[in-house]
Amino acid sequence: MSQSQQTQNLTLVQAVRDGLHTEMTNDDRVVVMGEDVGKNGGVFRATEGLWNEFGDDRVIDTPLAESGIAGTAIGMATMGMRPVAEMQFSGFMYPAFDQIVSHAARLRTRSRGRFTCPLVVRAPYGGGIRAPEHHSESKEAFYAHEAGLKVVIPSTPYDTKGLLISAIRDPDPVIFLEPKLIYRAFRGDVPEDDYEVPIGEAAVRREGTDVSVYTYGAMTRPTMEAADILEEDGVSVEVVDLRTVSPMDKETIVESFEKTGRAAVVHEAPKTGGLGAEITATLQEKALLHQEAPVERIAGYDVPYPLYALEDYYLPSVARVEEGIRNAVEF
Amino acid sequence: MSVLQRDPQDMLRVLDEGGEPVGEVPDLSDDELVTMYREMYLARHFDTRAVSLQRQGRMGTYPPLSGQEGAQIGSAFALDEEDWLFPSYREHGAALHRGLPLKRTLLYWMGHEKGNRIPDDVNMFPVAVPIATQVLHATGAAWAKKLQDEDAAVMCYFGDGATSEGDFHEGLNFAGVFDTPNVFFCNNNQWAISVPRERQTASATIAQKATAYGFEGVQVDGMDPLAVYAATRAAVEKAKNPEEGERRPTLIEAVQYRFGAHTTADDPTVYRDTDEVEEWKKKDPIPRLEKFLRNTGRLDDETVEAIESSVKDEVAEAIEAAESEPRPEPSEMFSDVFAEQTPEIRAQAEAFAEMYERHGDEGFLRE
Repeated sequence: MSQSQQTQNLTLVQAVRDGLHTEMTNDDRVVVMGEDVGKNGGVFRATEGLWNEFGDDRVIDTPLAESGIAGTAIGMATMGMRPVAEMQFSGFMYPAFDQIVSHAARLRTRSRGRFTCPLVVRAPYGGGIRAPEHHSESKEAFYAHEAGLKVVIPSTPYDTKGLLISAIRDPDPVIFLEPKLIYRAFRGDVPEDDYEVPIGEAAVRREGTDVSVYTYGAMTRPTMEAADILEEDGVSVEVVDLRTVSPMDKETIVESFEKTGRAAVVHEAPKTGGLGAEITATLQEKALLHQEAPVERIAGYDVPYPLYALEDYYLPSVARVEEGIRNAVEF
Repeated sequence: MSVLQRDPQDMLRVLDEGGEPVGEVPDLSDDELVTMYREMYLARHFDTRAVSLQRQGRMGTYPPLSGQEGAQIGSAFALDEEDWLFPSYREHGAALHRGLPLKRTLLYWMGHEKGNRIPDDVNMFPVAVPIATQVLHATGAAWAKKLQDEDAAVMCYFGDGATSEGDFHEGLNFAGVFDTPNVFFCNNNQWAISVPRERQTASATIAQKATAYGFEGVQVDGMDPLAVYAATRAAVEKAKNPEEGERRPTLIEAVQYRFGAHTTADDPTVYRDTDEVEEWKKKDPIPRLEKFLRNTGRLDDETVEAIESSVKDEVAEAIEAAESEPRPEPSEMFSDVFAEQTPEIRAQAEAFAEMYERHGDEGFLRE
């Protein structure tokens, strides 16, 4: 935990940078590698200034090759380094997918613990910033489905720094997805010192008694807004921010549901096979007798992410979230 | 001897920086040469306007092409009607030569799905945003043409950064092994966003990589449209009619420079010296071709003025047409996902329509 009370008021992307900076200072095994992370400071400025401070051997502009970045980072991690590999956009991560799922995820298992892969793969993800094609997808379910990977998605600057530090210190591979819609949407207090936010623990963002709403990342904001609107109508909404989608904090999920008996899930990823299905199944398995209504899933549609003229219709809006929660309450 | 049969480190040039011939001028009619100039001019003006639209918030992120007109138009000029073109995301100039209306290019960058619909009579693939992925598609397409006994070459564009991706190597390797009618055209513009070409490869040239795949590689001055045309034309002809014992594919490395940003989302002054930009601007393909055409009596003030004014009108009309295009219907999101809509997608589309009925745009639009 924080040793001093000094804080900075940072955006989420600045908290990423601060987390990297803190851990690079603490641990010289940490290297940052990827496309444009050096001199350019990252296309979203997530690595700004790190190259000036730590130099070419610790902040590495690589050739343009996602599989190359992930695969060589695996090799480095195996040999005692702590690589943080940046994928410029999660939509460009698929060439690295093979390295991540075929190798990073299973090195420990297949070597029976002889080799480990303390690797972090960071990527801006999700939509809503009017970006071109392939820049807005939300594919966290791919990674959550893969045993051997941890998948973290922060929603506040404080959590971002703490979770990133935990991810770098984690002895296993962590996929760290950064919701770019909220990279600069607001600021929050972030301790200057190092601290950890534990991976695998959800946060109850708002307490309520009528309905539990589970969400994470950028969708936390419209969910909180919808909860405010519902509150005015006398509906008491509990909002649970998962923070880590794998391993999922099922205890907190179930605990909240046992209190309310009604649930909605909000994510921007397509509905089919999305993490909403996992949450719904968890409630069915562990708290069936508490269930008073079907679980509402407010999600992206099962279509390729549209070009930006239509993205506002694709992404769950406050109105859509509000209506979905209402359905769960009024059933 | 073909212009392709040269050392991949020996750069092919036809015009020097002052527009004086230093090599064999390709066999193009006066009309064709003036059209080439006009299209390069059009591409430049379009690009300037597109960047300005983005700056005014009338268009999304856009990848500028200025500096690359010679490579784009010169190479597309070398294709025959039946040939195919697989672009990256920066070939707005090559696309316009092939007949893709400027309005579609604008619509695509304005976020409309419709901009991605290539007219049926234009042999061109949609824009490829991920890096190098289109190289494999182009190899497969050329392979199909060969298996189907069709006489067509397939042109594939990509940048210097793309040559680092596995897909580039796999695409060229397949092309060599299966002897497919491909022209691989590398727009080596020196920078993959902020990373210089030296950080992509330790090879002396990109052209020499072809040697590893068993076919010819040639380096051309990419800011010399006539050299680009000559090399590409030879590559297209070889792809379709190779000599005995000759391999069909060719890798062309067109050495050039991107004058502007990688996209309107980046700031090149962070990673690039302005001196470097100024040096390359001396090689600008447009004044270079213009000087040659003027010196040889193919172009005069009057024609240049006429071109200038017709180009401005053409671009202004395209912008007006694109901006008058209504916002796409939200229902378009659900169409064309599969040939036949699945029950789940149909249900989602219906649920969306009902909700849209209740809330209207207010319930969805964030601005």
